[in-house]
Amino acid sequence: MERHNYDIVVIGAGGAGLRAAVEAREAGLRVAIICKSLFGKAHTVMAEGGVAASMGNVNENDGWKVHFRDTMRGGKFLNHYRMAELHAKESPDRVWELEVWGALFDRTAEGKISQRNFGGHEYPRLAHVGDRTGLELIRTMQQRIVALQQKDKRDHGNAESHIKVFAEVTVTEILKEGGKVAGVYGYRRENGVEVLFEAPAVVLATGGVGKTFKITSNSWEGTGDGHALALKAGGNLVDMEFLQFHPTGMVWPPSVRGLLVTESVRGDGGVLTNSDGIRFMFKYIPDVFKDKYADNEEEADRWYNDQTNNRRPPELLPRDEVARAINAEVKAGRGSPHGGVFLDVSKRLPADVIKKKLPSMWHQFMELANVDITKEAMEVGPTCHYVMGGVEVDPDTAAAVGVPGLFAAGEVAGGMHGSNRLGGNSLSDLLVFGRRAGLGAANYVKSAPAAKVSDESIKRAAEKIQAPFDRTGGENPYALHEELQELTQNLVGIIRTKSELQEAIEKIADIRKRIEKVSVSGDRQFNPGFHLSFDLDNMLLIAESTAKSAIVREESRGGHTRDDFPGMNPKWRQINNISSFTGKEIVVKQQDLPNMPAELFDLFDPHELEKYMTPEEMTKGGSK
Amino acid sequence: MTAMDTNKAKTGVFSAGRALITDRTLRTDKWWIQPLITVGVFVSFIIYATFRAFEKQNYFAEPLISPFYSPCLSTVCVEGSAHFGTPIGALSIFGMVISPALFILIFPLGFRLTCYYYRKAYYRSFWMSPPACAVAEPHKKYTGETRAPLILQNGHRWFFYAGLVLNIILTYDAVIAFKNPEGEWGHMSVGTLVLLANATFLWLYSASCHTCRHTIGGRLRNFSAHPVRYKAWTIVSKLNHYHPNFAWVSLIGVAFADFYVRQVASGAITNFYFF
Amino acid sequence: MTRKIKMRIWRGNSETGSLQDVSVDANEGEVVLDVIHRVQATQMGDLAVRWNCKAGKCGSCSVEINGKPRLACMTQMASFAEDETITVTPLRAFPVIKDLVTDVSFNYKKAMEIPSFEPPADLKPGEARMQQIDVERSQEFRKCIECFLCQDTCHVIRDHEENKKSFAGPRFFIRIAELDMHPLDMLRNRKQKAQEEHGLGMCNITKCCTEVCPEHIRITDNAIIPMKERVVDVKYDPVRWLGSKIRRREEVL
Repeated sequence: MERHNYDIVVIGAGGAGLRAAVEAREAGLRVAIICKSLFGKAHTVMAEGGVAASMGNVNENDGWKVHFRDTMRGGKFLNHYRMAELHAKESPDRVWELEVWGALFDRTAEGKISQRNFGGHEYPRLAHVGDRTGLELIRTMQQRIVALQQKDKRDHGNAESHIKVFAEVTVTEILKEGGKVAGVYGYRRENGVEVLFEAPAVVLATGGVGKTFKITSNSWEGTGDGHALALKAGGNLVDMEFLQFHPTGMVWPPSVRGLLVTESVRGDGGVLTNSDGIRFMFKYIPDVFKDKYADNEEEADRWYNDQTNNRRPPELLPRDEVARAINAEVKAGRGSPHGGVFLDVSKRLPADVIKKKLPSMWHQFMELANVDITKEAMEVGPTCHYVMGGVEVDPDTAAAVGVPGLFAAGEVAGGMHGSNRLGGNSLSDLLVFGRRAGLGAANYVKSAPAAKVSDESIKRAAEKIQAPFDRTGGENPYALHEELQELTQNLVGIIRTKSELQEAIEKIADIRKRIEKVSVSGDRQFNPGFHLSFDLDNMLLIAESTAKSAIVREESRGGHTRDDFPGMNPKWRQINNISSFTGKEIVVKQQDLPNMPAELFDLFDPHELEKYMTPEEMTKGGSK
Repeated sequence: MTAMDTNKAKTGVFSAGRALITDRTLRTDKWWIQPLITVGVFVSFIIYATFRAFEKQNYFAEPLISPFYSPCLSTVCVEGSAHFGTPIGALSIFGMVISPALFILIFPLGFRLTCYYYRKAYYRSFWMSPPACAVAEPHKKYTGETRAPLILQNGHRWFFYAGLVLNIILTYDAVIAFKNPEGEWGHMSVGTLVLLANATFLWLYSASCHTCRHTIGGRLRNFSAHPVRYKAWTIVSKLNHYHPNFAWVSLIGVAFADFYVRQVASGAITNFYFF
Repeated sequence: MTRKIKMRIWRGNSETGSLQDVSVDANEGEVVLDVIHRVQATQMGDLAVRWNCKAGKCGSCSVEINGKPRLACMTQMASFAEDETITVTPLRAFPVIKDLVTDVSFNYKKAMEIPSFEPPADLKPGEARMQQIDVERSQEFRKCIECFLCQDTCHVIRDHEENKKSFAGPRFFIRIAELDMHPLDMLRNRKQKAQEEHGLGMCNITKCCTEVCPEHIRITDNAIIPMKERVVDVKYDPVRWLGSKIRRREEVL
C-alpha cells in the first residue's frame, strides 16, 4: 500500500477540481489532485458553447443582476439564491483571470473577449473559443498547475512538492475519524495498488452521473462517484430528481447516440423542424416565457440581426422546454427517421461560416455520421447531460453539510442551478465554486487538527477493494450496468409517472442485492471489469436517490417532468428533497428552501414572481 | 544518421518495455509507393539535368534560352546568349572548360535541396528516415539537423534570395521571347508560352515557400499592427498550402522548358510562331 | 446490419505479449472503439483500453490500427474492407502497461520542461486587448487534445529511444510556437531554448505528426517550420541578428 500525506485532497481533475487546487496551492497548502483518467482528459473538455459571465463586452446592458435573474428564471426559482448570486457576481473575474493564465478566447472588434448568445441568457454572455471552450478552460488550468509546479521547483527544488497529480486512481472511500474527514482510500487503476491519502480536507469535484442512463452525453467517468462518496461519508444530496436532458444529442448512428450537439448551433441560427417540415417550437412556448420569445417566424428571424427590437426565437428556450418539445414531437409520430427531429443550420449560414463557428460540430458529423452540416440537417434528440442535484453545500465555502472537512464544487454540488441549468452556467459554476471550495478547504485546514487514519479504517477499506476478486461465479458487471441503464432510461427518464418510478425503485433494490455478488475475472492490472464493479455501486445509489426524490415531488419543474402532475406547484418550489444514506438504502426527506433576501427579491418584476410563488410569499416579500 | 541496422537491435520500436511486436510496421497499405515515385522522379531529373549541364550546347535559339543556362555568364556561351555580359570569363579544370550551366544550377539546386518540402521528400524516400509514417527507419543513430552538414539547412533563406534573382532573370528571358528570331518585338511562339509558364511556376514556387511566408509576415508577433504585411502573409499562407504541388510542377516545368529549347536549338523541331 | 469482424488485438504487458485473434460482431455506424468494448464485454473482461469521451475530444483512446496511429473512437468500421482483418496494438513509441494501454508519462515530463506563459507583470484581469487576427495562430495550436499520436509517430523518438531525453516532440513544439506567437507572452528566449534545450533541430520535418493529427492541426507548416525560421532569425542569420541588436525591434523577434 502507498501512503501519502497532504493538506488537501482534490478528487477530480476537471474544471472545478483544478480551480480548487490552484486556489488551495496559492493559499500556501500542499495539494493532491486525484483523477480517474489521465491529467487533462476530464469531461470538462466536452463543454462546447462557452462560459457565462456578464462582462458586458458585446451588450453593455448586461451585468450580474441580469445574469442572476436569468439563472433563477432558468432554474424555476428552485436555485439556492446565494449560490446564484455569488455565481453571477464572480464569474467575470474568473474568466478574466484565465486570460492572465494564457487562455485565448475569441475576440470582439475592440479586442475584448467576445460573447455569444445562448438559451435563457438575455444578452450575449458566453465567452468562447469556437465550439471548444471546455478544452480551453481545462488546458489553461492544467498549464496553470504546471506553472505553479515549475515555481515550486525553483523555490523548493521539487516540482511536485506542493501539487501532485495522481492520475488514473479510483477513490473508493472517504475516511473519517472522530466525525471529521481524515483522508481518502483508493487504488491505482494501472496496477490495483492501494493508496491512502491522509488529509484533513477533501474537495469533491467529480462531475456528473450521466452513465447511470443509457443515452447520455457523458463519458465513462460520469458515474456519480462524488455523489456516492459524499452519501457514504454521511453527507446529503439535494434535489436529485432534477436531471438535465440536453435537447440536442446525436441519434444516429447508434454508437454515438447521445453525443452532444452544442446549443451554439441554435444560438448561431439553427432551427428545429419535424418530419412535416414545421418549425414546431412556436407551439411550445410556456406562459412564463411568452413575453420574451417570438411567436412567429418573421420576428424570430429578425432577432438574429436585431436583438433589441425583437423577441428571441423559441429554439433558444431553456433546455428543459426544448427537450420536452422534441420528446412530444417524436411521440406524436412527427420524428425523423431515427427517432429524433431535424436541426438545420445549413439554410441560414454559408458553409465557410459554419465551419469557422462550429468546427468541431462539422467534424463530428462528418466523421461519425457522414453528414455534412453545411449542406444537410442533423438528426437530434434529448440526451442525459447534466445533474442539477448534488451534494448539499454551504454556498460561501462549498463545505458539505454534515461532514466537517468535506467540500464539493462543480456538477457534484447541488443547489446552484435549481431545477434546470442554463447553458454556459456550468463552466462559470466550475470556476466560481471551484475557487471557493479551494479557499474554503484552505481556511478549514488552517484550524483543523492533523489527519491520522486508524489502522482499522484502512483494513476495512482494503477489504472492500479485494472483495470482487474473492467472489466467484457472480454476476457480470457489464451486464448489470446495462440492465441499470435500461431501467433508468425507461422508468426514470424525461417523462415520469408514479407507477413507473415505483417499479424503478423495486428493480433498483433487486439490483442492489445482486451487485453484492458481482465477481470479476483477471487480476488487478488495468482491469476494466474490476473498475466497473465500483462505479456500478455508485451509480446504483444515484439511481435510487433520483427515483426516490422523483416519486415524492408531485409536480413538473425544470428537469423533472411528471406525466401525472403536469404543472408547477408553488408549494413544491419552497421545498428541497434531501437524500441521505442509511448504509442500506436512500432516505429522502423534505427541507425548506432558504428565502431570498429583500435586495434580491426586489430585482424581479413582481408579475414574474407571481407565476412561481404563492400569494403568501408575495405578500411577505424577501427576507430582511 | 549513419550505419544501417541489420540485426534489429533492441532500439526504437523494439526497445525494452515497448509492446513486443516483431514487425517493423503493421501498416497494410502500400506505404512504399510514395517514396518510390519520389525516387523515380528525382533520379530521372538528376540524370537529365547532369546530361544537359555537360552537353554544353543546344541551349540557345534566338530568342529562347534554356533556364539551365540562364544567365549565361561565361565567354564560352554561344553567341547571343550572354545577355548579362561574361563576368566570369572561361574557367577550366584539368583543361576542361566548366559548363556555364554549373555556375547557375548551384542556386536553384541549393534552394530546392534546403526547401522545407523537398527535405521531407528526400529524407523519406532516399534516406528512409522514416520511409513512411510509423514504419521503422533502418538507422541506428539519428541527430536530425543539429550538426554539419545538415545544420546548413538553416541557410535556406539565402538560397531563397538567390532564387528571387534567378526568377527575375528567367522572367526577363520570357519577356524577350516576345521577339522573333530577327529581334523584332510583338511576336509570340510556343517557346514564349513555355518560358512564360516556367517563370510563372518558379514564382509560385518561391512565393509559396515557407521562408517567404516567414519573411513577409510570419515573424511578426502582432499582425494587427502591420495590416499590409498581414494581408500579404494570408495570401502567401494560402499559396504555401500548395507548396509541394508548385515544387513538383516547377521542377518538371524547368526540365520541360530546357527540353523544348534543346529541341528547337538542335533543329529537331521548329518553334511555331502564333504571330 | 450486423457483420462478423476478424480482429487481432495485442495483449500483454511490458515483458511479454502477442497479437490475439478474435471474431466479433460489428453494427452499422460503429467505430473501432465500440467493437473493442464489445470484445471486452463478451470475451475478454479484463482487456485494457484507455478511453473517455468517445467523441474525439479528449484524446485518450490513442492506439495503432493496422499500423497507423489513430483514435479508436474516430475510426469507423466502415472504413475497412468487408473481409479485412483489423489489427489493433498499443502505441509503439511508449512503454506498454497492459494490452492497449501505454505509459505516456514522457509527455507530461516534457510539458513540465516548457517554460510557462509569462504575461506582462502589470496586466490586470479584464484589461487585456487582443485582436482576433493576433490570437488565431495560437488558437490553432490550442485545439490540441493531447492524444500524443504525433509524439507516437515521430521517428525521432519512436525509432530512437535515446533521443527521448533531448527531444520534446511535435506536441510541445506547437506549445512553444503557441507561446512565441501569443500576443501577451513576455518571455523572449523561447526560440533559443527550442533549439538548444527542446531539440527543435532534431526534427527533419517529415510531417508524420501533421498526417496523424486528429484535430488537423498543421503542426509542421504552421508551428515547426515557423519556429525553425524564427530560430534562424536569432541564431543563423547574421544580418537579422545584427539588425535586432541595432534596432531592438522587440515585436519582430
